[in-house]
Amino acid sequence: MASDASTRPVVLQLTGITKRFGSLTANEDVCLDLRQGEILALLGENGAGKTTLMNILFGHYVADEGTVQVGDGNGGLVALEPGSPHAALEAGIGMVHQHFTLAENLSAFDNIILGTEPLFAARVSRRQARSKLESLMERSGLTVNLDIRISSLSVGEKQRVEILKALYRDARVLVLDEPTAVLTPQESDTLFQTLKKLSDSGLGIIFISHKLAEVLASSHRIAVLRLGKKVADLPTGGCDQRQLAELMVGAKVSETIRPPQEPGAPLFVLNGIWAGQGRNAIEGVSLTLKSGEILGIAGVSGNGQTMLAKVISGVERPERGTIKLGSVDLSHANARVMIDNGIARIPEDRHHDGIVGTMTVWENLASESVRKPENQRFGLLRFAAMKERARAAIKAYDIRCQSEESPARLLSGGNIQKIVLARTLDGAPQVVLAAQPSRGLDVGATADVHRRLLEARARGAGVILISEDLDELMRLSDRIAVIHRGHLSEADPTETLDRSTLGLRMAGHSGADAA
Amino acid sequence: MSDILDILLAANFWAAALRIATPLIFGVIGALICERAGVLNLGIEGIFTAGAMAGWMAVWLGAGLWGGVMVAALAGAFFGLIHAILTVPLGLSQHVSGVGVTLFATSLSYFIYRTALPEVSSPPRIEAFQPLNIPGLSDLPFIGTVLFQQTALTILALLLVGVTGYVLYRTPLGLAIRAVGDNPSAVESQGLSVYGLRIGAVVVGSAIMALGGAFLTMSAFDAFFFGMVNGRGWICIALTVFASWRPGKALIGALLFGAFDAFQVRLQTEVGSFIPGQVFLMMPYILSILALIIVARKADYPRAMLVPYFRGQR
Amino acid sequence: MIRFEPREPASLGRLVLLPVIAAVAALLLAAIPMAFAGLNVFSAYGLMIKGAFGSPFAFTEMLTRATPLILTGLAAAVAFKAKLWNIGAEGQLYAGALAAVAVGTGLIGGPAFIQIPAVVLAGALAGGLVMLGPTLLKTRLGVDEVVTTLLLNFVIILFVQMMLEGPMKDPMGMGWPQSEPITDEAALPKLMARMRIHAGLIIALVAALGVYFLMKRTVWGFEIRAVGENAAAARHAGMPVTATFIRVGLLSGALAGLAGVGEVAGLKGYLTADISPGFGYTGIVVAMLAGLSPIGVIFAALFIASIFVGADSMSRATGVSNYLADLIVAMALLCVLVSGLFLRFKVRFVGVKTVQEAAE
Repeated sequence: MASDASTRPVVLQLTGITKRFGSLTANEDVCLDLRQGEILALLGENGAGKTTLMNILFGHYVADEGTVQVGDGNGGLVALEPGSPHAALEAGIGMVHQHFTLAENLSAFDNIILGTEPLFAARVSRRQARSKLESLMERSGLTVNLDIRISSLSVGEKQRVEILKALYRDARVLVLDEPTAVLTPQESDTLFQTLKKLSDSGLGIIFISHKLAEVLASSHRIAVLRLGKKVADLPTGGCDQRQLAELMVGAKVSETIRPPQEPGAPLFVLNGIWAGQGRNAIEGVSLTLKSGEILGIAGVSGNGQTMLAKVISGVERPERGTIKLGSVDLSHANARVMIDNGIARIPEDRHHDGIVGTMTVWENLASESVRKPENQRFGLLRFAAMKERARAAIKAYDIRCQSEESPARLLSGGNIQKIVLARTLDGAPQVVLAAQPSRGLDVGATADVHRRLLEARARGAGVILISEDLDELMRLSDRIAVIHRGHLSEADPTETLDRSTLGLRMAGHSGADAA
Repeated sequence: MSDILDILLAANFWAAALRIATPLIFGVIGALICERAGVLNLGIEGIFTAGAMAGWMAVWLGAGLWGGVMVAALAGAFFGLIHAILTVPLGLSQHVSGVGVTLFATSLSYFIYRTALPEVSSPPRIEAFQPLNIPGLSDLPFIGTVLFQQTALTILALLLVGVTGYVLYRTPLGLAIRAVGDNPSAVESQGLSVYGLRIGAVVVGSAIMALGGAFLTMSAFDAFFFGMVNGRGWICIALTVFASWRPGKALIGALLFGAFDAFQVRLQTEVGSFIPGQVFLMMPYILSILALIIVARKADYPRAMLVPYFRGQR
Repeated sequence: MIRFEPREPASLGRLVLLPVIAAVAALLLAAIPMAFAGLNVFSAYGLMIKGAFGSPFAFTEMLTRATPLILTGLAAAVAFKAKLWNIGAEGQLYAGALAAVAVGTGLIGGPAFIQIPAVVLAGALAGGLVMLGPTLLKTRLGVDEVVTTLLLNFVIILFVQMMLEGPMKDPMGMGWPQSEPITDEAALPKLMARMRIHAGLIIALVAALGVYFLMKRTVWGFEIRAVGENAAAARHAGMPVTATFIRVGLLSGALAGLAGVGEVAGLKGYLTADISPGFGYTGIVVAMLAGLSPIGVIFAALFIASIFVGADSMSRATGVSNYLADLIVAMALLCVLVSGLFLRFKVRFVGVKTVQEAAE
């Protein structure tokens, strides 16, 4: 496949792309080309510079050095105007971002035709647009209800709208940034079948990923980025997972190992919890967490795990149901009460809920405990003691910052997560809720998070791990439950589960059906 | 009771309601265009003042009535541009910038007025817009009185409601404005300029707001007074929320408001001797607050309102 | 193309320098309207400086004018720090003044050391209660406080007018809508003989120090800052977000109320419906110029007060409208807003050339 593709015309060529943000070099002298009808996987771990590279391609950023050229349709190449998404679109580059770029208050149809007609036209010419779209949907197999608001579409449907947006503009190159991050394994399979079909019809496709299995299964060629540099560019046939992993990470990867451990007594019990409304609600969720175990909660994003995390965090109160820690009733507890009862909460959006970016590292480390006697006396803050403890935490958790006085916003994502870990795990909590704890972190920081969670388990705490990453869940969890449309399944021992069973449950098939 | 019914059924009453509503219609339409694009424009109070002063002064200097309207709109656009530059590409606080623009536009208008007319005891008057007298239409029962014995500016306000509704919901431009107020990256990913759309919307919206001010000096009255805007701009901001950012509802909201005001003026002549006049004067502000409270729970603010957009950041 | 890059926390020098530059820029921009009004710009500046600093009387007048501005500036600074957009200091000031008059015109008897605290407390409480309404509407029902506080200004001023024409009208006032005079025991003492400067200045300075201490050293201040910068994270960390908003609302309103107390019990001696030429709104400019720092508020208020007093004096001498002062103040707000960019970001003006050049 790859060999016959190599004779086809080049549709996209990046040469010597370098991009710096302050002292950080996100891309360094990256060269990349793509041929017509080819599927190129851009592999790299978080922070390797994949997204930056694609943002340069699409004109969101301007490269400090280097050029982007696109095929002119006659086998030649023309330079693409930098810094202009408009030019990129005109040149036939379509991009599906990781965070969808859709206006939720408009219909799918309106989102697709947005910007495709002269802005000052007297009216939107719907009929023509619709017939073109309908034939597109038929050919590509990407079907969506065009007339309902984006806000009521599922994640998978939104992604289809994004791809249709690109196809509607006659894209010759389609870029997808981490397209499977929000999909079930089965949905991912369907997506790759669609991509295959599209590439057979001549579309050049780049998909960004850090998942080795899908890269191997679905691409013609693989380019690997590491620390902003391209370290490999090879045909997919003849690659194997280990080789790719080493290329991606640089050193030998040590897998996190979950030592066998007998769980203790039931510790933390949710019974019939209802909370929230609409898409993100949870309906009658029950779970029992034992001490000394990690209970994984799998699910495609947007199925209620955010609400579940908020309820356990004490940020959202359940409408019905009970929460008990041992004999203590926490059904109506707010965040303060949860913290005081030894429930550590790692929020899924650490920038939004985890830190106050403009406040200093030491202030963020103390933010859950300002009212504790060790931090205040008669309402007056004890600066010296607080900073002293902060310095200790910075050391113990290896938080990389200039000093405890640095504003937290200047830290990297991994170090921000370390602040959250240091703050929450500080008082040896009985229960740890970790919501998407490694999302967006690089391998090193991820390993660090995993080690801390396993440490908590080892000393007898119960850990609830909510994640969309099946590999992470299967490696760390003693038991895994699946959340789908606000309902939580029974938790089964990880040993009895495999990816496809979990995938089916994530798609809403009950355990019995899968078996 | 039948007195009240008599008031409510009289054509004169509804004509007065529409007259009172006219500046608010301009204001709410202007504000909703800005907010639909994602920018709160608290400059509105000052822009009203600037429109009132500039329009009046242009006519006083001999520009002609429609010339005055144009000058008022340009003045509004100018202050809108300041607000737009500060809040859109520079991403500064929309609250503070809006208050700043209000202070700036108000003080500049007063300063220019005072400098041009240093020592006048009573404000000079202009020949203001006169009620239309369209043979046939103006003589129609009820409708003729309510609609066609208004000045041209009121008709313009009503037309603007229709035009704004059409543009927002039927044209590619309107689609883009609604999208940019919900999710700017949706607009940028389709190759449109977020800044261009937002700046354009704020400038045009501010020009329309200024017409509300112009109505005060060129139609409702025929002179410029200090403090004549008197919170009408802020009331428009409240009415915009009440109208759920829809032009049709904005018209209804402004009319309801005008009707309440017209009603209490008539009530005042009946019971004015028992209740201090200030109670009636307070009513518009209290009504606006009540309107906000009523819709607060279900208010569906444009998602990207108040959130500055920087390219490449999501 | 303009590019913003986040910068390291600004040094104190930079924090101080930028507002000063903004203030100077606003003053320089004022040359345009002054020239437009036909003034000799240099002599006009000279007159302004003389008007604000030229004599002991001028200087104490300036301090007297700064007194309410410090307090309304603090009111805005405290509220904005928590991102509670209190634009209602004007109304809260009037509420404070009204309460001061209600208590200080013979409602309670007794010596000054009882009456003065009573008047001060009443004013603070009235201002705080006025702000409590919009705060509760925000926290309970999600009603935007910007519009409610703005609209309440008009309601309160009308209410004051109503009281001054009705129950609180001075029977000896020759028909003018004004209140009875504050009794001698309830009036704030003058600080200097034959000058108008009064003990309200002391209250304002103590309030500024108090707010500084509160924000910097106390648990409440910590929570206010956290809530203002990121309410979601503050809630997640177990801080009492609603209670913090209510505290801030009460404090902010109380500070504005104190400004009203000073004006009636310290300066005028009685209440009229025009005691404030927009001190509440100008307080926002003061707070922004101060970068929301309570100590900075003192200096910003002095600057704004000297513009007002200087421009008044210049206006009397030249006949040019004293709306010039409001104009300068408004421009100062816009200038300081822009200067804030240079504090948060390194602003770089970059061409899009780099890539093109490489392509050639």
